[in-house]
Amino acid sequence: MLAFRRPLASTIPRPATPELAQPAASAAVSIECVSKTFRLPHQQYSTLKERALHPFRTTEYDELHAVRDISLEIARGEFFGIVGRNGSGKSTLLKCVAGIYGVDSGRITIAGRISPFIELGVGFNADLTARDNVAINAIMLGLSRREARARFDDVIAFAELEEFVDLKLKNYSSGMLVRLAFATAIQVDTEILLIDEVLAVGDAAFQQKCFEEFFRLKREGKTIVFVTHDMYSMERFCHRAMLMERGNMVQLGDPREIGRAYHKLNFGQLPHQTAAEAASGSGTMIVEAWFEDASGKRITSAGQEERLSMCFEARLAEDLLDPVFAATLRTELGHTIIVARSDEHGGASGQFKAGESVVARFELPNWLTPSRYMLTPSLARAGTGADALALVEDMSSVVVHGQASGGILELPVDVRIERV
Amino acid sequence: MSAASGLGLDAPSAPVAHRVHGPSALSGDLRRFCALTFTLARTEFKLRFFGSALGYLWTLVRPLLLFGVLWVFFTKVAHVNSSTNPGERFYGVQLLGSIVLFTFFAEATGAAVRSVVDRENLVRKIHFPRLVIPASVVLLATFNLVLNLIVVMIFALGAGVTPMLSWLELPLIMAAIIVLAAGVAMLLSALFVHFRDVQPIWEVVSQILFYASPVIISIETVRAKLDDTLFHLYMLNPLAVIFQQFRHAMVTHATPSAGQALGSWAALLEPAAIVAGIFVIGFAVFSGAAAKIAENL
Repeated sequence: MLAFRRPLASTIPRPATPELAQPAASAAVSIECVSKTFRLPHQQYSTLKERALHPFRTTEYDELHAVRDISLEIARGEFFGIVGRNGSGKSTLLKCVAGIYGVDSGRITIAGRISPFIELGVGFNADLTARDNVAINAIMLGLSRREARARFDDVIAFAELEEFVDLKLKNYSSGMLVRLAFATAIQVDTEILLIDEVLAVGDAAFQQKCFEEFFRLKREGKTIVFVTHDMYSMERFCHRAMLMERGNMVQLGDPREIGRAYHKLNFGQLPHQTAAEAASGSGTMIVEAWFEDASGKRITSAGQEERLSMCFEARLAEDLLDPVFAATLRTELGHTIIVARSDEHGGASGQFKAGESVVARFELPNWLTPSRYMLTPSLARAGTGADALALVEDMSSVVVHGQASGGILELPVDVRIERV
Repeated sequence: MSAASGLGLDAPSAPVAHRVHGPSALSGDLRRFCALTFTLARTEFKLRFFGSALGYLWTLVRPLLLFGVLWVFFTKVAHVNSSTNPGERFYGVQLLGSIVLFTFFAEATGAAVRSVVDRENLVRKIHFPRLVIPASVVLLATFNLVLNLIVVMIFALGAGVTPMLSWLELPLIMAAIIVLAAGVAMLLSALFVHFRDVQPIWEVVSQILFYASPVIISIETVRAKLDDTLFHLYMLNPLAVIFQQFRHAMVTHATPSAGQALGSWAALLEPAAIVAGIFVIGFAVFSGAAAKIAENL
């Protein structure tokens, strides 16, 4: 069924799992049984007056276990991704590694200088010029004033902001700001970089530049730990990744697997629910998925500009009213091309009885560029689609052949050239 | 490659692993601490003086206005001090000097209260020695103090004060008040993270200290009105000692030095111990809070 799984992108060689290839002594970051709990007082702030009047009253706390007993080793030169939903504890873990939070138990050791930054644009002051802000940031990074001055031109050149160095940041556009922030953060020559949510920055050209910069860092053998929601960049850069949920490490391993697990998590299934449990739980399952051409013939390769149908068959184990059938088409890199949903593209699906088998077909014009595409079928209760009954990642795939212009879609174009 | 490794140039030699400790008041190297403190203070200074049209003048206007009002009131309207007293010579200069010193203390401590909380974005995002924050506030106030003292000295020379050898004591006097302000600043900024009524409380205490120190009233007048025990208590206030020594060393020897006012130089050890004590307590409280400041904000 998953016969078409290939290594991510042939242009980006992925080294053998560094964890196995190298002895533990060369770990850049080693996290041993680390836990972190926040105590959240029921009252936001107390006062000295209260303390004086009620010296023996104890404050009540809620405990929030942000990170629970995580052990992990990140090898030198490894690009390590941490993903998870909001509040899963990934940023807290990063802050513990950075030394911003102390840990409650366990220990973290690092080998090499670590960048003290975990977020872009920290400490930027809107009332100061770019020149001053870059200097301040460099000093926070631990550079001397002379070093900071020496790097200034590189930073500005990278951010492409030469004309605006003496403009106050409050007059910057958000794109310019983010370029400056990225350029400042990337100037560090520490061996270990911690980065929290960075890649959604700037326009397309600058984003490309950021990616190139990441590849450069990767080639230089820097150790990078990076927290993100963007599965695409995670899969593109990381050697290994970890999925966190409610402070626990759910999964550790190949970025693609992690990316899938993350999508699954976001689709509403519980992280610790295995496929078997899911099957026995509701019993509703997707039996098969395939592609069809316009004549209804099953295909594994499709020509451009023909009609293409994404199809799957589901067996229902319960009575359902207007369930949502959905088909997600992704590139091999994990980029989602389309999420076709029966409720949005079709309307109410109707009433179904337990034991019935249903086939869903999503027909669309094939404007895809030649490549391999993966189909993820899913079935959810009526509503937002978050209450999933069944979902199988990359259950089927199709290869599109035809002309490639270099884009991701080959949309029909009418060209008119007229003399005026 | 082999030649390079022989010269120790091969970069990938494994760095020594070290344990990551949580944040603290004074982690990391001293150079970074100083550079950061200086940079933060300088930035603030720049913002204040280049951000507004009148710039530095504004910082000067406040103590000068206060001085003007007090001087007119206490020399022309209400005669609190006896004007026949030789220690009252150059009363204007004495008053201005004390006001400038007090302004420094009030500014440094008052701004320190909220400093850590206001720098939340840094504290929660960057690993750096937490003590940098109150230290930079005190340093900024010190920049202003130096500028204001220059004005005071010009004023003194204009009023006819003759330069004295004891002017060399100025750095010592400044050091004393800076250490005191730093101690209070550390204490208040750490307390404010938990107790939000520290700010109004300190505003009141600060006002009380203004009147409990020889700013308006000369020490001779105080001594004439208080009995020995109360006067001794009055002189336990480190600000009183510092202001009085400033008046003696910088303006006129006709007013007693802090040691003379206390009776003996050895008695100076008491206020000195109080300054040291406040500094140590302030540092201890701040260090204790530093590890958790990021999560308690």
